[in-house]
Amino acid sequence: MRGSISRVGPLRVGIFFLLLIVIPLVGAPGWILNTLIFTIMYAALASSWNLIGGYAGYPSLGHVAFFGIGAYAIGIVFSKDVFGGYVPFFALPLIGIAVGLLSLPIGWVSMRTRADVFAIVTITLLFITQTLAFNLKGVTGGAQGASVAPPPFAVDHYDWPFYFAMLILLAIAMGISFYFQRSKIGLSLATIRADEDKAHGVGVRVTAVKLIAFGVSAGLVAMAGGVWAYYVGFIYPQFAVDPLITIGMVLMAFLGGRATLWGPVLGAFILVPAQEYFAQAFGASQLYLFAYAAVFLLIILFLPRGILPSISERLRQRRPVIATEEAFAGEESTSGPAMEVTVER
Amino acid sequence: MHALTQAVILGVLTGGVYALMASGQTLIFGIMKVVNLAQGALVILGAYLTYTLFTHLGVDPFLSILITTPILFLVGVGVQWALLRPLHSDDVAQLSLLVTFAVALGIEGILSFGYGATLTNVQPSYANFSWTILGYQVSLVRFVAFVLSLVMLGLLYLILQRTKFGRSVRATVQNPMSAQLLGVNAQRVSAIGFGLGTATAAAGGAVFGMLNSFNPGSHYDLISRLLTIVVLGGLGSIGGSIVAAVGMGVASSVVSALVSPIWSDFSFFIVLLLVLLVRPRGLFGARTRGAL
Repeated sequence: MRGSISRVGPLRVGIFFLLLIVIPLVGAPGWILNTLIFTIMYAALASSWNLIGGYAGYPSLGHVAFFGIGAYAIGIVFSKDVFGGYVPFFALPLIGIAVGLLSLPIGWVSMRTRADVFAIVTITLLFITQTLAFNLKGVTGGAQGASVAPPPFAVDHYDWPFYFAMLILLAIAMGISFYFQRSKIGLSLATIRADEDKAHGVGVRVTAVKLIAFGVSAGLVAMAGGVWAYYVGFIYPQFAVDPLITIGMVLMAFLGGRATLWGPVLGAFILVPAQEYFAQAFGASQLYLFAYAAVFLLIILFLPRGILPSISERLRQRRPVIATEEAFAGEESTSGPAMEVTVER
Repeated sequence: MHALTQAVILGVLTGGVYALMASGQTLIFGIMKVVNLAQGALVILGAYLTYTLFTHLGVDPFLSILITTPILFLVGVGVQWALLRPLHSDDVAQLSLLVTFAVALGIEGILSFGYGATLTNVQPSYANFSWTILGYQVSLVRFVAFVLSLVMLGLLYLILQRTKFGRSVRATVQNPMSAQLLGVNAQRVSAIGFGLGTATAAAGGAVFGMLNSFNPGSHYDLISRLLTIVVLGGLGSIGGSIVAAVGMGVASSVVSALVSPIWSDFSFFIVLLLVLLVRPRGLFGARTRGAL
């Protein structure tokens, strides 16, 4: 069983990315590319969120703060000139590392609290960032917003650089996610998710591991924010630091399945097109918010653990013979008092 | 000095109103361990109900509280019964965050559909009336709102301390398992407790609507303040949330008067972060069980 999983895994990844690479090359129309850019962006965001929210079990609701910081970093540095168009993309790793480092003290303070209080503290972080974006007019332009200089890309391939940049970010996020599942860090995170005090007791370096997950997650989100800002061109505080972006990543990870490799990606590929559809169908009226909320509630009420874990549970029930092998594949399924370390393959 | 004292007076009066809204939220957490992210949206819903009653039927905003409180109580019971009760998994804490956020979004969506996104407010004839006492301005609306909040908090206290229902609520907060073994109907306590918590949003909304311009998106500002208050006070502690609310009211109005209004909310958040550095469970969190 294990052998077949490890052979199917890379094949699945290969086909998935090959498809996404081919789509623009065969001349897909602009609106498809546009939707796909946002879908891939959310897949990358949800995968990055999953590092801390899924694997470590710390549901950050403030990740859009880092998204906004990344967006403003690009907006501020490249407001006048983009130096041939590709330089901003090469600046992204720097932004990612800088924001990752910046997030460490924030993560350290906020992760002194647990689950629900952590969620609240990170929401506070979101509003701090939004307030700063509105108020530091000299840097961000305040409510008037900031803009990135338009890149000199050819019209018929205009979307390509952004598309591939997002795709690379998704690949990195999924790669790190995959690494987390296979490495000691991943195991440590799983113990933290199951019972942090006991993990600490048996010698897991709790704080260090949590901070690594938080920093990597924040850095990746910031890079996605940078690409987003460059793509849309205009940055306003209420859109760059939008609570809906945070909720989007969280919801997609929940829908697909937290602490799984493919869950957040699956969630994004279902929800972003659905969101676009609602926005189209209900037009400018805010009723689409209501529709979104309804979908949101249905997911949580009927699929509280996400699509992938639910499916693997069904499979497990149907095939009791290999139950012992797959017992590891489920997520937080057992509720015994003992510490359960569950690792998703 | 005059400006500072004036700011403190204003802060205490404002803090009283926040104390009412936040006590509802912290009550909900105490009973159900649910962080209600919809509390802000419910306050805005309360504000729009008051607005509608006032502009279309001419009901005085303060009197309308008598009508809106039962409505919001029922909304709360409904949300608990339909959306929170079915959550039966190990991470109710995380899922309920999302559920209540979805409720907030839904309310925002409905209100935007019904009222549009333009800012509005409730303006009774006495909205801008104020007394001058010893050279300090005390606005009538703020003062009445403060007294009203004290009365509501007193009522809440009486319900919790002097009624059979209150006893079962307190038992559930202290130890849900033992409470159930002693015959407390946990579902009923949760539903009514959630309803009571959201009912405080009615009075809060009426006052909020008179003191601020609001639109359906205003609940984000509100919820961030309320969350800061309940975390600072120690989740689940009503006394803590009252102290925190008044403290926050004073801090933000002093910053607003002496520095600039645009930084007043910011001071809220910075205080929270500083307190969490020293006391991760909030000011009064250590004394209440199950805050974390």
